[in-house]
Amino acid sequence: MKRIFIHGLVLILLFLSNNVIAQVDPLIEKVSQKLALVNDYVAEGVMKTDVSFIKASLGKVKVYFKKPNLLKVKKEGGISLLPKGGVSVTINSLLNTKQYIALPAGTQQYKGKELRVIKLVPTDDKLDWVISTLWIDPTDALVYKTFTTTKENGSYEITMEYSSYANMGLPSKIIFAFNTKDYKLPNGITLEFGDEDPVSKQKALKNKKGSIEITYTNYVINKGVSNSMF
Amino acid sequence: MKAIISIELYKIFRRPRTYIAFGAIAALIMVIQLGLKMDGQSYAAFLMKDINDTLTVDGKVLNGYLICYILLQLLLVHVPLLVALIAADMISGEANLGTLRLLFTTPYSRTQWVMGKFIAASIYTIVLLIWLAFLALFVSMWVFGTDDLFLMKSNYVVLIQEKDVLWRYVGAFVFASFSLLTVTSLGFLMSSISNNSIGPIVGTMSAIVFFTILSTLNIPLFSVVKPYLFTTHMNNWKEFFDIKVNENNEAIYGTILNVAKIKTSLIVLTLHIILFVTASVIITKRKDILS
Repeated sequence: MKRIFIHGLVLILLFLSNNVIAQVDPLIEKVSQKLALVNDYVAEGVMKTDVSFIKASLGKVKVYFKKPNLLKVKKEGGISLLPKGGVSVTINSLLNTKQYIALPAGTQQYKGKELRVIKLVPTDDKLDWVISTLWIDPTDALVYKTFTTTKENGSYEITMEYSSYANMGLPSKIIFAFNTKDYKLPNGITLEFGDEDPVSKQKALKNKKGSIEITYTNYVINKGVSNSMF
Repeated sequence: MKAIISIELYKIFRRPRTYIAFGAIAALIMVIQLGLKMDGQSYAAFLMKDINDTLTVDGKVLNGYLICYILLQLLLVHVPLLVALIAADMISGEANLGTLRLLFTTPYSRTQWVMGKFIAASIYTIVLLIWLAFLALFVSMWVFGTDDLFLMKSNYVVLIQEKDVLWRYVGAFVFASFSLLTVTSLGFLMSSISNNSIGPIVGTMSAIVFFTILSTLNIPLFSVVKPYLFTTHMNNWKEFFDIKVNENNEAIYGTILNVAKIKTSLIVLTLHIILFVTASVIITKRKDILS
């Protein structure tokens, strides 16, 4: 009985503390308020795929976003490659759920800026991510970098640059960096007999980080986006 | 010469054997297209297993361009055998029937006859290749639609924009014509040596199989001879589908990674054609038609 009481008490305290921390951190709240200005957007941009074993050219993309966390990247014609599950783990999807504990983790220098580091731990087991670290500029409440570990799709580092739409927390450039697995198809399937690459070249293509970079050229904000886009 | 070519073309296209190659290619392509149309998604999923672990691929991967590439990979290895069926019978068939004597008593020289026959056999080869291109490329584009070419090679993936693909196929088919003409000339050479039909056909097929195996084996001992074998170069049409990247790993539109390799292969294949045809002319000129 005593054990049940203690467990119950701990759970209540944990629940209260979670909410307190999530609400108390003023910087996270400031970032959330900034993001709240945007209900939806359609952004045009240029996407660059940089994965060691993929040769792809730049492609025009449209990015659709709708609150709380609907996000879709569509290439204008053609085949697009996106990190598995990584694009959906954006700041909006992290913060808009409000289901996290925010833990301050000091400050760090990043590109000449003194950024505050805050770690987010989800309170809902159903969320896809396990932990996320945010690097936030306290002066303009802009998130410049996140590092998120997900349950099934590995870790993602997202870095952002801001320009015209910084007042609404929307980046002008976003880079999704992720770990890539080895790629190899048997020669019997590709029928590429007799033209083996040197082992050194094959090794160079393995165990590297991949990245998807989107440079936004234009945003159309709060004009409504249909759910069918997602 | 024009008259010889017309006569030889008439003889080629009168023979039922000629249409075996056209029928075989049509049947093979249609079976593969049907299979990929019915269950292509699972085939694509199998190919993309490693990629899907990391990335989400959005778009029509299994489109006409990829289907054509798959078909060419499978067929351009075997079409030479079908070419041999006709080319290796051009002179020996006449010798076997006894009509070669008759041809060589006409006002045309032996060289003219040999060249006329070779040009006719080459026209047959090119028509066969056009038939292959029509079924593999245009029918696939019609059945499966078009999109970017998402090409999965053994060690890397090449994503070529849709508007950057068609000219590569034109290049690949022109290259393939050189490959097949090499086989035609080899068959022709075999044909000039023999006096029966079966020997040169089987001989040409055996030579192709033998040299193809040597070309595909990655054994250092064979590496010395590999660059000189025509079978090593016949498969280099694939080079049209490899693209250059800049220092930022961005694919450069309209480029070919290894142009020099294509040029070298074309030179080697052309030299083989010249060598085989010249040898055919010399052998036929010395051929004893009296006994």
